[in-house]
Amino acid sequence: MRKSGSIIDPQEGLVRSSRRDFIKLAGLGGVVLVSGFGLRSYAAEGGERGSASQLGSAMKKMGAEKGGDFYFVQLSDTHWGFEGPAVNPDAQGTLEKAVAAVNGLDEQPDFIVFTGDLTHTTDDDKVRRERMKRFQDIASRLKVKTVHYLAGEHDASLDQGEAFQKFFGKLNYTFDHKGVHFIVIDNVSDPAATVGDKQLAWLKADLTKLRKEQPIVVLTHRPLFDLAPDWDWATRDGQTVIDALMPYSNVTVFYGHIHQENHHMTGHIAHHSAKGLMFALPAPMSVPKKAPIPWDATAPYKGLGFRDIEAEVKKAEYEITELPVVKA
Amino acid sequence: MNMNRKRLLEVLGATLLVALIFAARARSGAAATEQVIHMTAKKFEYSPNEITVKKGQPVVIEIVSLDRKHGFTIPELKVRSDVKPGAPNVVRFTPDKAGTFNFHCDNFCGSGHEGMTGTLVVVEE
Repeated sequence: MRKSGSIIDPQEGLVRSSRRDFIKLAGLGGVVLVSGFGLRSYAAEGGERGSASQLGSAMKKMGAEKGGDFYFVQLSDTHWGFEGPAVNPDAQGTLEKAVAAVNGLDEQPDFIVFTGDLTHTTDDDKVRRERMKRFQDIASRLKVKTVHYLAGEHDASLDQGEAFQKFFGKLNYTFDHKGVHFIVIDNVSDPAATVGDKQLAWLKADLTKLRKEQPIVVLTHRPLFDLAPDWDWATRDGQTVIDALMPYSNVTVFYGHIHQENHHMTGHIAHHSAKGLMFALPAPMSVPKKAPIPWDATAPYKGLGFRDIEAEVKKAEYEITELPVVKA
Repeated sequence: MNMNRKRLLEVLGATLLVALIFAARARSGAAATEQVIHMTAKKFEYSPNEITVKKGQPVVIEIVSLDRKHGFTIPELKVRSDVKPGAPNVVRFTPDKAGTFNFHCDNFCGSGHEGMTGTLVVVEE
Protein backbone atom coordinates (compact mmCIF):
# COMPACT_ATOMS: atom_id res chain seq x y z
CA MET A 1 0.00 0.00 0.00
CA ARG A 2 1.08 3.50 -0.67
CA LYS A 3 2.14 5.28 2.47
CA SER A 4 0.32 8.33 3.66
CA GLY A 5 2.48 11.34 4.16
CA SER A 6 3.84 14.30 2.39
CA ILE A 7 6.62 15.36 0.11
CA ILE A 8 8.53 18.55 0.62
CA ASP A 9 9.33 20.53 -2.47
CA PRO A 10 12.32 22.64 -1.47
CA GLN A 11 12.27 24.60 -4.68
CA GLU A 12 8.91 26.16 -4.15
CA GLY A 13 8.57 25.87 -0.43
CA LEU A 14 5.37 23.91 -0.70
CA VAL A 15 4.31 20.94 1.30
CA ARG A 16 2.51 18.37 -0.75
CA SER A 17 0.45 15.47 0.44
CA SER A 18 -1.38 12.51 -0.94
CA ARG A 19 -4.83 13.16 -2.30
CA ARG A 20 -6.66 11.56 0.54
CA ASP A 21 -4.75 13.64 3.06
CA PHE A 22 -5.42 16.62 0.93
CA ILE A 23 -9.14 16.31 0.56
CA LYS A 24 -9.81 17.23 4.16
CA LEU A 25 -6.84 19.51 4.60
CA ALA A 26 -8.08 21.46 1.62
CA GLY A 27 -5.13 23.71 1.29
CA LEU A 28 -1.81 22.00 0.71
CA GLY A 29 0.02 23.53 -2.20
CA GLY A 30 0.71 22.15 -5.61
CA VAL A 31 -2.23 19.84 -5.77
CA VAL A 32 -4.97 20.06 -8.32
CA LEU A 33 -8.10 18.00 -8.01
CA VAL A 34 -9.80 17.40 -11.31
CA SER A 35 -12.77 15.54 -12.59
CA GLY A 36 -15.04 15.36 -15.53
CA PHE A 37 -17.16 17.94 -13.78
CA GLY A 38 -14.62 20.66 -13.18
CA LEU A 39 -11.32 21.65 -11.76
CA ARG A 40 -10.28 23.01 -8.41
CA SER A 41 -6.82 24.01 -7.31
CA TYR A 42 -5.62 24.87 -3.87
CA ALA A 43 -3.04 27.26 -2.49
CA ALA A 44 -0.51 26.39 0.20
CA GLU A 45 -1.91 27.07 3.64
CA GLY A 46 -0.73 24.20 5.80
CA GLY A 47 -2.90 21.81 7.73
CA GLU A 48 -3.24 19.25 10.46
CA ARG A 49 -1.15 16.45 9.18
CA GLY A 50 -1.85 13.87 11.85
CA SER A 51 -5.60 13.85 11.49
CA ALA A 52 -5.24 13.98 7.74
CA SER A 53 -3.07 10.89 7.68
CA GLN A 54 -5.61 9.00 9.73
CA LEU A 55 -8.33 10.07 7.40
CA GLY A 56 -6.16 9.21 4.41
CA SER A 57 -5.63 5.70 5.69
CA ALA A 58 -9.34 5.23 6.19
CA MET A 59 -10.15 6.48 2.72
CA LYS A 60 -7.36 4.41 1.21
CA LYS A 61 -8.87 1.34 2.85
CA MET A 62 -12.18 2.24 1.30
CA GLY A 63 -10.46 2.63 -2.05
CA ALA A 64 -8.79 -0.73 -1.72
CA GLU A 65 -12.13 -2.33 -0.95
CA LYS A 66 -13.54 -0.73 -4.08
CA GLY A 67 -10.55 -2.16 -5.91
CA GLY A 68 -10.61 0.52 -8.58
CA ASP A 69 -8.37 3.41 -7.60
CA PHE A 70 -4.78 3.63 -8.67
CA TYR A 71 -2.09 6.10 -9.51
CA PHE A 72 0.32 6.60 -12.33
CA VAL A 73 3.26 8.88 -13.00
CA GLN A 74 3.64 11.30 -15.91
CA LEU A 75 7.06 12.41 -17.12
CA SER A 76 7.47 14.66 -20.11
CA ASP A 77 9.84 16.50 -22.40
CA THR A 78 13.09 14.90 -21.34
CA HIS A 79 14.79 16.12 -24.56
CA TRP A 80 17.64 13.68 -24.29
CA GLY A 81 20.54 15.00 -26.41
CA PHE A 82 19.83 18.68 -25.76
CA GLU A 83 22.87 20.79 -24.95
CA GLY A 84 22.61 24.23 -23.40
CA PRO A 85 24.49 24.89 -20.18
CA ALA A 86 22.77 28.22 -19.70
CA VAL A 87 19.40 26.52 -19.28
CA ASN A 88 20.49 23.14 -17.92
CA PRO A 89 24.11 22.46 -16.99
CA ASP A 90 23.04 18.96 -15.94
CA ALA A 91 21.53 18.00 -19.29
CA GLN A 92 23.19 14.57 -19.12
CA GLY A 93 22.05 13.89 -15.59
CA THR A 94 18.52 15.21 -15.19
CA LEU A 95 16.75 12.21 -16.70
CA GLU A 96 18.74 9.83 -14.51
CA LYS A 97 17.80 11.88 -11.45
CA ALA A 98 14.14 11.81 -12.45
CA VAL A 99 14.27 8.03 -12.86
CA ALA A 100 15.85 7.76 -9.42
CA ALA A 101 13.15 10.03 -7.97
CA VAL A 102 10.38 7.87 -9.41
CA ASN A 103 12.10 4.73 -8.13
CA GLY A 104 12.30 6.39 -4.73
CA LEU A 105 8.56 6.99 -4.37
CA ASP A 106 7.16 5.33 -1.28
CA GLU A 107 4.71 3.37 -3.32
CA GLN A 108 5.38 2.55 -6.93
CA PRO A 109 2.76 3.59 -9.49
CA ASP A 110 0.75 1.11 -11.52
CA PHE A 111 2.40 2.47 -14.66
CA ILE A 112 4.34 5.39 -16.08
CA VAL A 113 3.72 7.56 -19.12
CA PHE A 114 6.20 9.71 -21.01
CA THR A 115 4.23 12.34 -22.92
CA GLY A 116 6.68 13.06 -25.72
CA ASP A 117 9.89 14.78 -26.68
CA LEU A 118 11.86 11.94 -25.18
CA THR A 119 14.78 13.09 -27.32
CA HIS A 120 15.90 16.42 -28.71
CA THR A 121 15.58 16.64 -32.45
CA THR A 122 18.42 16.18 -34.91
CA ASP A 123 18.62 16.11 -38.69
CA ASP A 124 20.94 13.11 -38.46
CA ASP A 125 18.93 9.90 -38.40
CA LYS A 126 21.83 7.96 -36.91
CA VAL A 127 22.16 10.43 -34.04
CA ARG A 128 18.38 10.35 -33.51
CA ARG A 129 18.49 6.58 -33.08
CA GLU A 130 21.50 6.81 -30.77
CA ARG A 131 19.63 9.27 -28.58
CA MET A 132 16.58 7.02 -28.49
CA LYS A 133 18.72 4.05 -27.56
CA ARG A 134 20.38 5.97 -24.76
CA PHE A 135 17.04 7.25 -23.51
CA GLN A 136 15.70 3.71 -23.59
CA ASP A 137 18.68 2.47 -21.58
CA ILE A 138 18.08 5.05 -18.84
CA ALA A 139 14.30 4.54 -18.78
CA SER A 140 14.84 0.79 -18.44
CA ARG A 141 16.14 1.48 -14.92
CA LEU A 142 12.62 2.35 -13.79
CA LYS A 143 11.40 -0.19 -11.29
CA VAL A 144 7.95 -0.11 -12.84
CA LYS A 145 8.08 -1.98 -16.09
CA THR A 146 4.74 -0.93 -17.53
CA VAL A 147 5.70 2.23 -19.37
CA HIS A 148 3.68 3.92 -22.12
CA TYR A 149 5.61 6.15 -24.48
CA LEU A 150 4.32 9.00 -26.60
CA ALA A 151 6.22 10.83 -29.31
CA GLY A 152 6.84 14.55 -29.41
CA GLU A 153 7.63 16.57 -32.49
CA HIS A 154 11.32 16.41 -31.60
CA ASP A 155 11.14 12.61 -31.75
CA ALA A 156 8.91 12.10 -34.72
CA SER A 157 8.29 15.08 -36.99
CA LEU A 158 11.37 14.83 -39.17
CA ASP A 159 10.93 11.15 -40.06
CA GLN A 160 7.16 10.86 -39.50
CA GLY A 161 7.80 8.70 -36.45
CA GLU A 162 9.79 5.95 -38.15
CA ALA A 163 12.60 5.73 -35.59
CA PHE A 164 10.24 6.26 -32.66
CA GLN A 165 8.10 3.31 -33.69
CA LYS A 166 11.15 1.09 -33.96
CA PHE A 167 12.17 1.86 -30.38
CA PHE A 168 8.93 2.59 -28.57
CA GLY A 169 6.04 1.18 -30.57
CA LYS A 170 2.92 2.69 -32.05
CA LEU A 171 2.26 6.41 -32.28
CA ASN A 172 -1.43 6.15 -31.39
CA TYR A 173 -3.05 3.40 -29.38
CA THR A 174 -5.37 2.67 -26.49
CA PHE A 175 -5.11 0.73 -23.29
CA ASP A 176 -7.40 0.12 -20.35
CA HIS A 177 -6.54 0.15 -16.68
CA LYS A 178 -8.89 -0.57 -13.80
CA GLY A 179 -11.91 0.89 -15.51
CA VAL A 180 -10.26 3.89 -17.17
CA HIS A 181 -9.91 3.93 -20.95
CA PHE A 182 -6.68 5.60 -22.07
CA ILE A 183 -6.35 6.98 -25.59
CA VAL A 184 -2.97 8.04 -26.95
CA ILE A 185 -3.31 10.65 -29.70
CA ASP A 186 -0.45 11.41 -32.08
CA ASN A 187 -0.32 15.09 -33.02
CA VAL A 188 3.37 15.24 -33.86
CA SER A 189 4.40 12.75 -36.55
CA ASP A 190 2.89 15.11 -39.11
CA PRO A 191 5.27 18.10 -39.13
CA ALA A 192 2.20 20.28 -39.61
CA ALA A 193 0.95 19.26 -36.16
CA THR A 194 -2.25 17.64 -37.28
CA VAL A 195 -4.04 14.57 -36.02
CA GLY A 196 -5.28 13.86 -39.51
CA ASP A 197 -8.46 12.36 -40.93
CA LYS A 198 -7.27 8.76 -40.67
CA GLN A 199 -6.47 8.98 -36.96
CA LEU A 200 -9.64 10.93 -36.29
CA ALA A 201 -11.66 8.11 -37.88
CA TRP A 202 -9.75 5.63 -35.71
CA LEU A 203 -10.58 7.70 -32.63
CA LYS A 204 -14.27 7.92 -33.48
CA ALA A 205 -14.42 4.17 -34.09
CA ASP A 206 -12.84 3.57 -30.70
CA LEU A 207 -15.20 5.97 -28.93
CA THR A 208 -18.31 4.34 -30.37
CA LYS A 209 -17.50 1.25 -28.29
CA LEU A 210 -17.65 3.22 -25.03
CA ARG A 211 -20.44 4.25 -22.70
CA LYS A 212 -20.99 8.00 -22.61
CA GLU A 213 -20.04 8.07 -18.91
CA GLN A 214 -16.91 5.91 -19.38
CA PRO A 215 -13.88 7.46 -17.62
CA ILE A 216 -11.54 8.43 -20.43
CA VAL A 217 -8.02 9.79 -20.20
CA VAL A 218 -6.45 11.20 -23.34
CA LEU A 219 -2.67 11.33 -23.49
CA THR A 220 -1.05 13.49 -26.11
CA HIS A 221 1.95 15.75 -26.65
CA ARG A 222 0.69 19.07 -27.93
CA PRO A 223 -2.29 20.89 -26.48
CA LEU A 224 -5.43 19.92 -28.37
CA PHE A 225 -6.84 23.43 -27.91
CA ASP A 226 -5.39 26.74 -29.07
CA LEU A 227 -3.32 27.54 -26.01
CA ALA A 228 -0.93 29.89 -27.82
CA PRO A 229 -0.91 29.45 -31.61
CA ASP A 230 1.64 32.27 -31.89
CA TRP A 231 4.06 30.00 -30.02
CA ASP A 232 3.04 26.88 -31.91
CA TRP A 233 1.25 25.64 -28.78
CA ALA A 234 -1.71 24.13 -30.54
CA THR A 235 -2.83 21.23 -32.72
CA ARG A 236 -4.01 22.46 -36.08
CA ASP A 237 -7.06 20.18 -36.15
CA GLY A 238 -7.25 19.63 -32.39
CA GLN A 239 -10.79 20.97 -32.25
CA THR A 240 -11.97 17.96 -34.25
CA VAL A 241 -10.63 15.70 -31.48
CA ILE A 242 -12.30 17.78 -28.79
CA ASP A 243 -15.56 17.69 -30.75
CA ALA A 244 -15.36 13.90 -30.95
CA LEU A 245 -14.79 13.68 -27.18
CA MET A 246 -17.49 16.16 -26.15
CA PRO A 247 -20.36 13.65 -25.97
CA TYR A 248 -18.44 11.75 -23.28
CA SER A 249 -18.95 13.13 -19.81
CA ASN A 250 -15.74 12.01 -18.09
CA VAL A 251 -12.77 13.02 -20.22
CA THR A 252 -9.46 14.37 -18.97
CA VAL A 253 -6.42 15.19 -21.11
CA PHE A 254 -2.81 15.06 -19.96
CA TYR A 255 -0.17 16.44 -22.28
CA GLY A 256 3.35 17.93 -22.45
CA HIS A 257 5.08 20.19 -24.99
CA ILE A 258 4.93 23.46 -23.08
CA HIS A 259 7.35 22.53 -20.25
CA GLN A 260 5.16 23.83 -17.44
CA GLU A 261 1.90 23.20 -15.65
CA ASN A 262 -1.18 24.58 -17.29
CA HIS A 263 -4.79 23.78 -16.49
CA HIS A 264 -7.55 24.57 -18.91
CA MET A 265 -11.15 23.60 -19.54
CA THR A 266 -12.83 23.19 -22.92
CA GLY A 267 -16.41 22.72 -21.84
CA HIS A 268 -16.38 19.85 -19.36
CA ILE A 269 -13.03 18.48 -20.61
CA ALA A 270 -10.00 19.29 -18.45
CA HIS A 271 -6.56 19.65 -20.05
CA HIS A 272 -3.40 19.47 -17.90
CA SER A 273 0.11 20.02 -19.19
CA ALA A 274 3.15 18.71 -17.33
CA LYS A 275 6.48 20.23 -16.45
CA GLY A 276 9.45 19.20 -18.55
CA LEU A 277 12.66 17.49 -17.49
CA MET A 278 15.21 19.50 -19.45
CA PHE A 279 14.32 23.18 -19.38
CA ALA A 280 11.37 25.33 -18.39
CA LEU A 281 9.52 27.68 -20.71
CA PRO A 282 7.75 30.94 -19.87
CA ALA A 283 4.01 31.18 -19.34
CA PRO A 284 2.03 31.40 -22.58
CA MET A 285 2.54 34.76 -24.33
CA SER A 286 4.09 36.24 -21.18
CA VAL A 287 7.19 37.45 -23.02
CA PRO A 288 7.66 38.78 -26.56
CA LYS A 289 9.73 35.79 -27.68
CA LYS A 290 9.48 32.23 -26.44
CA ALA A 291 12.80 30.97 -25.12
CA PRO A 292 13.96 28.54 -22.40
CA ILE A 293 14.16 30.04 -18.92
CA PRO A 294 17.80 30.34 -17.80
CA TRP A 295 19.07 27.99 -15.11
CA ASP A 296 18.85 29.42 -11.61
CA ALA A 297 21.98 28.38 -9.71
CA THR A 298 20.30 29.31 -6.44
CA ALA A 299 17.46 26.90 -7.17
CA PRO A 300 18.75 24.08 -9.39
CA TYR A 301 16.10 22.21 -11.41
CA LYS A 302 13.55 24.91 -10.67
CA GLY A 303 10.62 24.58 -13.03
CA LEU A 304 11.46 20.97 -13.83
CA GLY A 305 9.68 17.98 -12.43
CA PHE A 306 7.19 15.20 -12.89
CA ARG A 307 3.82 14.39 -11.40
CA ASP A 308 1.84 11.63 -9.86
CA ILE A 309 -1.78 11.29 -10.81
CA GLU A 310 -4.17 9.47 -8.56
CA ALA A 311 -7.29 8.20 -10.24
CA GLU A 312 -10.47 7.78 -8.27
CA VAL A 313 -12.21 5.82 -10.94
CA LYS A 314 -15.83 5.83 -9.81
CA LYS A 315 -15.85 9.60 -9.55
CA ALA A 316 -13.63 10.04 -12.61
CA GLU A 317 -11.47 12.31 -10.47
CA TYR A 318 -7.75 12.75 -10.79
CA GLU A 319 -5.47 14.32 -8.26
CA ILE A 320 -2.26 15.76 -9.62
CA THR A 321 0.72 16.16 -7.33
CA GLU A 322 3.76 17.90 -8.77
CA LEU A 323 7.07 16.41 -7.68
CA PRO A 324 10.58 17.80 -7.96
CA VAL A 325 13.51 16.17 -9.76
CA VAL A 326 15.55 16.19 -6.57
CA LYS A 327 14.55 16.49 -2.95
CA ALA A 328 16.40 18.89 -0.69
CA MET B 1 -33.68 43.13 -91.04
CA ASN B 2 -30.07 43.31 -92.14
CA MET B 3 -29.84 46.84 -90.77
CA ASN B 4 -31.20 45.74 -87.39
CA ARG B 5 -28.71 42.85 -87.18
CA LYS B 6 -25.84 45.19 -88.07
CA ARG B 7 -26.99 47.66 -85.43
CA LEU B 8 -27.23 44.89 -82.83
CA LEU B 9 -23.68 43.71 -83.58
CA GLU B 10 -22.41 47.28 -83.26
CA VAL B 11 -24.05 47.69 -79.87
CA LEU B 12 -22.73 44.35 -78.61
CA GLY B 13 -19.23 45.15 -79.87
CA ALA B 14 -19.23 48.52 -78.15
CA THR B 15 -20.48 46.98 -74.92
CA LEU B 16 -17.76 44.33 -75.00
CA LEU B 17 -15.10 46.95 -75.64
CA VAL B 18 -16.27 49.07 -72.72
CA ALA B 19 -16.32 45.99 -70.47
CA LEU B 20 -12.76 45.08 -71.46
CA ILE B 21 -11.55 48.61 -70.80
CA PHE B 22 -13.14 48.62 -67.34
CA ALA B 23 -11.67 45.20 -66.56
CA ALA B 24 -8.21 46.33 -67.59
CA ARG B 25 -8.52 49.47 -65.48
CA ALA B 26 -9.68 47.43 -62.50
CA ARG B 27 -6.68 45.10 -62.87
CA SER B 28 -4.18 47.91 -63.13
CA GLY B 29 -5.82 49.66 -60.16
CA ALA B 30 -5.57 46.54 -57.97
CA ALA B 31 -1.97 45.99 -58.98
CA ALA B 32 -1.16 49.54 -58.02
CA THR B 33 -2.52 49.12 -54.49
CA GLU B 34 -1.14 45.64 -53.80
CA GLN B 35 1.79 45.56 -51.42
CA VAL B 36 4.09 42.89 -52.80
CA ILE B 37 6.80 41.46 -50.56
CA HIS B 38 9.42 38.97 -51.67
CA MET B 39 10.67 36.68 -48.95
CA THR B 40 12.91 33.65 -48.63
CA ALA B 41 12.62 30.88 -46.08
CA LYS B 42 15.31 28.45 -44.99
CA LYS B 43 16.30 26.65 -41.81
CA PHE B 44 15.69 28.53 -39.52
CA GLU B 45 14.91 32.01 -40.73
CA TYR B 46 12.83 34.19 -42.98
CA SER B 47 14.41 37.02 -44.91
CA PRO B 48 13.23 39.65 -44.34
CA ASN B 49 11.83 38.75 -40.94
CA GLU B 50 10.36 42.17 -40.29
CA ILE B 51 7.89 43.59 -42.75
CA THR B 52 5.65 46.63 -42.68
CA VAL B 53 2.40 47.00 -44.62
CA LYS B 54 -0.57 49.34 -44.70
CA LYS B 55 -3.91 48.52 -43.18
CA GLY B 56 -6.72 47.98 -45.63
CA GLN B 57 -4.50 47.43 -48.65
CA PRO B 58 -4.07 43.97 -50.16
CA VAL B 59 -0.80 42.25 -49.31
CA VAL B 60 0.94 39.67 -51.46
CA ILE B 61 3.88 37.83 -49.91
CA GLU B 62 5.81 35.66 -52.33
CA ILE B 63 7.89 33.20 -50.32
CA VAL B 64 10.58 31.01 -51.83
CA SER B 65 11.91 28.12 -49.76
CA LEU B 66 15.61 27.61 -50.23
CA ASP B 67 15.79 24.16 -48.66
CA ARG B 68 12.76 22.21 -47.45
CA LYS B 69 9.07 22.51 -46.73
CA HIS B 70 8.33 25.21 -44.20
CA GLY B 71 5.17 26.97 -43.15
CA PHE B 72 4.13 30.58 -42.81
CA THR B 73 1.40 31.57 -40.42
CA ILE B 74 0.16 34.73 -38.77
CA PRO B 75 -2.30 33.24 -36.28
CA GLU B 76 -3.79 36.51 -35.14
CA LEU B 77 -4.74 37.42 -38.70
CA LYS B 78 -5.74 33.84 -39.55
CA VAL B 79 -3.22 33.73 -42.39
CA ARG B 80 -1.27 30.59 -43.23
CA SER B 81 0.34 28.73 -46.08
CA ASP B 82 2.71 25.89 -46.66
CA VAL B 83 6.04 27.04 -48.05
CA LYS B 84 7.24 24.34 -50.41
CA PRO B 85 10.56 24.36 -52.24
CA GLY B 86 10.44 25.28 -55.91
CA ALA B 87 8.03 27.88 -57.21
CA PRO B 88 7.19 30.89 -55.03
CA ASN B 89 4.40 30.32 -52.51
CA VAL B 90 1.97 33.20 -52.71
CA VAL B 91 0.20 34.40 -49.59
CA ARG B 92 -2.61 36.96 -50.09
CA PHE B 93 -4.52 38.81 -47.42
CA THR B 94 -5.76 42.26 -46.53
CA PRO B 95 -4.94 43.33 -42.98
CA ASP B 96 -8.02 44.82 -41.37
CA LYS B 97 -6.38 46.04 -38.19
CA ALA B 98 -3.22 47.90 -37.32
CA GLY B 99 -0.62 46.53 -34.91
CA THR B 100 2.35 44.22 -34.62
CA PHE B 101 1.77 40.55 -35.38
CA ASN B 102 4.08 37.58 -35.12
CA PHE B 103 4.54 35.07 -37.88
CA HIS B 104 6.31 31.75 -37.64
CA CYS B 105 7.01 28.46 -39.36
CA ASP B 106 4.35 25.90 -38.47
CA ASN B 107 5.80 22.89 -40.26
CA PHE B 108 8.37 21.44 -37.88
CA CYS B 109 11.72 21.78 -39.63
CA GLY B 110 14.45 20.90 -37.11
CA SER B 111 16.33 22.00 -34.05
CA GLY B 112 15.92 25.73 -34.69
CA HIS B 113 12.28 25.49 -35.69
CA GLU B 114 11.01 27.32 -32.63
CA GLY B 115 13.14 30.32 -33.53
CA MET B 116 11.94 30.61 -37.12
CA THR B 117 9.81 33.65 -36.52
CA GLY B 118 9.23 37.19 -37.74
CA THR B 119 7.13 40.27 -37.26
CA LEU B 120 4.51 41.93 -39.43
CA VAL B 121 3.78 45.56 -38.63
CA VAL B 122 0.50 46.91 -39.97
CA VAL B 123 0.30 50.70 -39.99
CA GLU B 124 -2.66 52.97 -40.58
CA GLU B 125 -2.94 54.27 -44.14
